[in-house]
Amino acid sequence: MSAVVAEHDDHHDHHDHGPQKGVLRWIITTNHKDIGTLYLVFALAMFFVGGTMALIIRSELFEPGLQFVDPNFFNSMTTMHALVMVFGAVMPAFVGLANWMIPMMIGAPDMALPRMNNMSFWMLVAGVLLLASTLFMEGGAPSAGWTLYPPLVLQTGKAFPFAIFSVHMLGISSIMGAINVIATIFNMRAPGMTLMKMPLFVWTWLITAFLLIAIMPVFAGAVTMLLTDRFFDTSFFDAAGGGDPVLYQHIFWFFGHPEVYVMILPTFGVASTIIPVFARKPLFGYSSMVYATGAIAFLSFIVWAHHMFTVGLPIAGELYFMYATMLIAIPTGVKVFNWTATMWKGSMTFETPMLFSIAFVVLFTMGGFTGLMMSVAPVDFQYHDTYFIVAHFHYTLVPASIFILMAAGYYWLPKWTGNMYNEKIGQLHFWLSAISVNILFFPQHFLGLAGMPRRIPDYAIQFADWNMVSSIGAFIYGFSQLLFVYIVIDTIRGGTGKVSAEVWEDASKHSLEWTVPSPAPYHTFTTPPESIPTEHF
Amino acid sequence: MSEDLKRKNTKLAQKLVFVALLMFGFGYALVPIYDVLCDITGQNAKLKEAVEADQAFAVDESREVNVEFITSVNESTPLDFRVETRSMKVHPGQYYTVNFYAKNNLAVPLKAQAIPSITPGLAEEFFKKVQCFCFELQTFAAREEKTMPVRFVVNPRLPERYKTITLSYTFFDRTNNTEN
Repeated sequence: MSAVVAEHDDHHDHHDHGPQKGVLRWIITTNHKDIGTLYLVFALAMFFVGGTMALIIRSELFEPGLQFVDPNFFNSMTTMHALVMVFGAVMPAFVGLANWMIPMMIGAPDMALPRMNNMSFWMLVAGVLLLASTLFMEGGAPSAGWTLYPPLVLQTGKAFPFAIFSVHMLGISSIMGAINVIATIFNMRAPGMTLMKMPLFVWTWLITAFLLIAIMPVFAGAVTMLLTDRFFDTSFFDAAGGGDPVLYQHIFWFFGHPEVYVMILPTFGVASTIIPVFARKPLFGYSSMVYATGAIAFLSFIVWAHHMFTVGLPIAGELYFMYATMLIAIPTGVKVFNWTATMWKGSMTFETPMLFSIAFVVLFTMGGFTGLMMSVAPVDFQYHDTYFIVAHFHYTLVPASIFILMAAGYYWLPKWTGNMYNEKIGQLHFWLSAISVNILFFPQHFLGLAGMPRRIPDYAIQFADWNMVSSIGAFIYGFSQLLFVYIVIDTIRGGTGKVSAEVWEDASKHSLEWTVPSPAPYHTFTTPPESIPTEHF
Repeated sequence: MSEDLKRKNTKLAQKLVFVALLMFGFGYALVPIYDVLCDITGQNAKLKEAVEADQAFAVDESREVNVEFITSVNESTPLDFRVETRSMKVHPGQYYTVNFYAKNNLAVPLKAQAIPSITPGLAEEFFKKVQCFCFELQTFAAREEKTMPVRFVVNPRLPERYKTITLSYTFFDRTNNTEN
């Protein structure tokens, strides 16, 4: 654990220190494991903040009519729920996993730029707090939807510039995180760890990081244009000055579409990490997985206007974006078939991480198929801005990204804490989640097809029954997530006992993190590993 | 971390920051790119800067196109805005003038910009306005009422399938915009 000092002739050799004592450890830390923990804990907290907002929405929609909240606050809730979940929960959770796992998976001592790592975390906290503070401002939090479309978003009250600045801060934080990931993967791999020998989680994060660097600045530009339109008399999106609100939608979705892959590509990476271990087989089609990830990332940049089929695109545009969007089903299909083939004739066991991963494969595929339905431009006119799209993207985010984040939690908690989590409660958490998430979101397909618009606090009476079912599912799903918090705390306090370095049978053949002791020491791989696992190839 | 590796990491980080800055610029570059693409595809009837002189067309007496007019004001722009007629039958190639009226309801001066829009959008290139109050910012004195003629022609090359063209104007209050 103590470092081998041969390599440094410089004066600072912080390698020899353990963690600082007290709360200052968490504020000034540059250790990738500490920062990973900070990210994960913060993301989990935000998951419950965003979840509370979702439950406010579902409470209001339990019955037709206005019951609990006024419509503007309801709209704030839909907007803030999305922003908090995307920028406060899912993205930081994956950055947390990247911090913890990437150095350990590639045999590096830490992230490449540890100080920037610390800064990007605290910038995230500041950004989210700034966003949350808008809830208490005159005129309420932003309520124009997370897409912040003008001209509606320009009617936001005092919160407007604060929301924009918080988006800037979240963007800078993500970009710094992405730069760190790329520098770590390019420069710090252990000898022998060629790019095509990296675990898939590392690969998917590498590609995600490039996406982030390409798109977050574009989003920052778009919201800056909103800001100058409102306060400095520019007319980017103001028809009166010769601008066009549709332009905003193009710029936003140029960011927004790759952004949804920022949330799903690392999900694919974790699934590709967990499934082979519990199927006790190498991952099927490793290189096709890498190329499929790259293909999805590339396609994500050229399909954005499928979010805007109804704004009045030229026919040629509708057709192009329709066919390009359909193409995404091919690399995504490659992945789903590869996961299935990995499980085929494997000696499968069904521990909690595997259960969540299998549910991910099934339910994500459903979300993918509804996406394919909406890629067909003429029928999208029916689905556009209805609960059908709400059902679609929640299927690709909740039982996909969130389930895989839970799977990752169960999978690596023993490595992080040195203790085994409670398998019984874990499985209870899984079954409650898997059943309730379908009660929650499946009826929304019916509502959408029947014509219920999204982002409305009240609805026509014929939508009452399925909304009630959906809300019941929401409450079961929301409260069953508290089990996860219980399990995490229980595991940190000892769980069901100590675990070995390997934790899962033969896991060390799959990836390097299982070759270090459990719990992972504060500093790992201060000298590079002697050999790297080859089970994948 | 060795000094060598540190230097390598910093260098790569600098390059990536540069890429991020480029992409910020790219976001802004999308604005002119969008205008050019709209122009090429004939989408989005935006304000045309150049006013063309009357161009002589062969008048097609045999054909009638219905031109409708819609007037509206954005949000709470304090203008009464109307047009002398809701619709008129026109012969392609013939020039027509129609009067629009706007009255400032305030006891203070007002600046307003009218934004035109033509439906169906694909008919836009065949509808020419040679005189229009929408070409420039309109200034109204307190309580002033203005008569604003629009002179237009429908190009005889307008495809047969278009029987009705709707010209809509929306007035936007620009009094508080300093750039004007």
